[in-house]
Amino acid sequence: MSNVNFEPKILVFSTNMISDPGIDLAGMSHIDYPPSTRILRLPCSSMVRPEFIIYAFESGFDAVFIAADGGDCPYLSDCSERTARNVQRAVDMMKEKGIDQSRLRMAGICSVCSDAFANGVKNLYDIVKGLGPVNGSKNA
Amino acid sequence: MSNEKRIGVYVCHCGGNISDYVDVNKVVEEIKKEEPDAVIVKDLMFDCADASQSEMIDDIKKQKLDRVVVAACSPKLHETTFRNMAKRAGLNPFMLYHVDIREQASWAHENNRMGATLKALAHVRAGIAYVKSAEPLEKIKAETTRSVLIIGGGIAGLKAAIDLSAMDVNVVLIERSSKLGGHVAELGEIYPYYTAGSEIVKNLVDELSGRGNVAIFTNATVVSYSGYLGKFEVKVQRETSEITLQVGSIIVATGFDTYKPYTGEYGYEKVRGVITISELARVLSTAAGDGSAELIYDGRKVRQIAFIYCVGSRQKPPEDGGHANQYCSRYCCNAATSEALTVHRKFKDIKIYHFYRDMRTYGRNELMYESAGRSGSIFIRFDEDHPPLVAEEGNRCKITFWSSLIENQPVDMYVDLVVLITGMVPSHNEELNRALSLPVGVDGFYKEVHPKLRPVETNVTGILICGTSQAPRDVRETLSSASAAAAKAASFVLKRELELDPFVAFVDPGLCEAHQECIKECPYGAIELIEESGKKMAHVNSAKCKGCGACVAVCPTGAMQLKGYTNAEIKSMIGGLAR
Repeated sequence: MSNVNFEPKILVFSTNMISDPGIDLAGMSHIDYPPSTRILRLPCSSMVRPEFIIYAFESGFDAVFIAADGGDCPYLSDCSERTARNVQRAVDMMKEKGIDQSRLRMAGICSVCSDAFANGVKNLYDIVKGLGPVNGSKNA
Repeated sequence: MSNEKRIGVYVCHCGGNISDYVDVNKVVEEIKKEEPDAVIVKDLMFDCADASQSEMIDDIKKQKLDRVVVAACSPKLHETTFRNMAKRAGLNPFMLYHVDIREQASWAHENNRMGATLKALAHVRAGIAYVKSAEPLEKIKAETTRSVLIIGGGIAGLKAAIDLSAMDVNVVLIERSSKLGGHVAELGEIYPYYTAGSEIVKNLVDELSGRGNVAIFTNATVVSYSGYLGKFEVKVQRETSEITLQVGSIIVATGFDTYKPYTGEYGYEKVRGVITISELARVLSTAAGDGSAELIYDGRKVRQIAFIYCVGSRQKPPEDGGHANQYCSRYCCNAATSEALTVHRKFKDIKIYHFYRDMRTYGRNELMYESAGRSGSIFIRFDEDHPPLVAEEGNRCKITFWSSLIENQPVDMYVDLVVLITGMVPSHNEELNRALSLPVGVDGFYKEVHPKLRPVETNVTGILICGTSQAPRDVRETLSSASAAAAKAASFVLKRELELDPFVAFVDPGLCEAHQECIKECPYGAIELIEESGKKMAHVNSAKCKGCGACVAVCPTGAMQLKGYTNAEIKSMIGGLAR
């Protein structure tokens, strides 16, 4: 259950050209967001395999935030739809494994969307702080 | 894969930018403790400094390092720097991974030293995990054709052609209509130097003529294209024949269309004396006036004119979610004040009432705005929700307006001419868009990869955009972006051989079960089904692959992967980040 000392670990999937620069901008603007986030960049958010998400939970992450390309994707005009389909498959897999689906969040983060990123991650952090660690027993 | 790995890890202080908030020593000590394969773990004041790079090269050679992790600023800044360093040291550049511990750690969490340090440590661990499973990659080499196709013979296309020709690049310029110059050829005097549009076009065309390395085809359109950066093959329809062009790069300079008001919009086509700014420009371009002349339009002596701004621009999206031109057309405030100044200069005693929502005469154009105010122009602001009404009354146009200065009190005034300051809309190029699969942004103009980092490139490598095909722009901005596109195109084709990033999809033949989900997912047609020794499997055409990885996510077996981002590499990084 909820523990005051529990620091939710959040894995962020970012994208080289769009959301990672947005996350950089959050740092450059010294916008506060939880330091227990870890960031992994890929070319495009449509590349995130549901298996990667499940693997993150199995590796000890308490939440996953997909900082998606949104409408700015340089590769795919329907990037959001494609990413959302993959996220939906991940949600189905999470249900099977008994992982609360509110631990997974996807949001379009543009290259200047530093506030949207910080707010999105903070919000996810608060939710997962209430839920407790992903394995439900040990503290992170 | 050999078990023996010799990794070098270099943690940067960035002169305090990192080490003021991240305990760099702790990161180094932890990695030393937990990572036996890390032969060298160092902290350096500036990883990017020449001396530091020399030290790394020395280490790579002497210590026989086969993998390197650089933990420093954002890889957007220096990944190329360090990959080039690796190359100079004789190490495959893709055996080096650059992790961010500044923008995403020290700067982001300056109030939490422990948190920032743990995050930096996790990012370094991920880098180490990555290089442990990394494989050397080779850049994709492509031969180039030293010629560029320019689509569109307006000022942007002409300017790009001149620049490329001067750089000794062969140019083929095609124009859909029968003449060169586009919209600008029809314009009168254009701010800021009051040169006639036709004059600008003539200068450009004169500069192009007689050049041996430029071919111009009018009445020509693109039918289809194939190939890739350095080696495009484009089929072009000319009057009666179809020709095939071999080019290394393509510049799209197809320009804009003028917004046409709908019938009844501010009385357009219903009230006599309501025209658009383009029509006014045509009237003024032929009118000779020395300041004492009278302006007669449609048989009516003009003493008062109303300009109504933002027509067809900054539209509110309709409730049903239908289309609206939500953008600002950028050129119109300037063009309108410029036309107003021309009216004041050529004719006697004409008052112009400017009904505007917001004046945006940016930069030096502000001087035109000031000057107009002193020359007989009066500026009246209206609210988006209360636009002026235009009606016919007697032999004049009646304008009813609600000024923000006279609240809720409608005011009537009478003018002889109403000029609608219309914006730019994207040019209708459905066939070209289909032929080139060009990306279009929310406003309908062509979309660059990144407005600041890659402003003239599209996601189809080698196809560039410029001018008003990309966004509303004035003449100056159009010409600079045309020169930018020409320079970019030259940077591609002047190299005999191009090196492209090796991050393309590949198939693990052992895992592929020919589900073909990847083929359905790929928008670039880069994946096909092949049969190899009796087994059906997917095959990636590296030249067509853009490296998005969309196919990776949908592969049921994990056979489809991206070089540089293999499933094993990503999973090992997740593991490294989770520790």
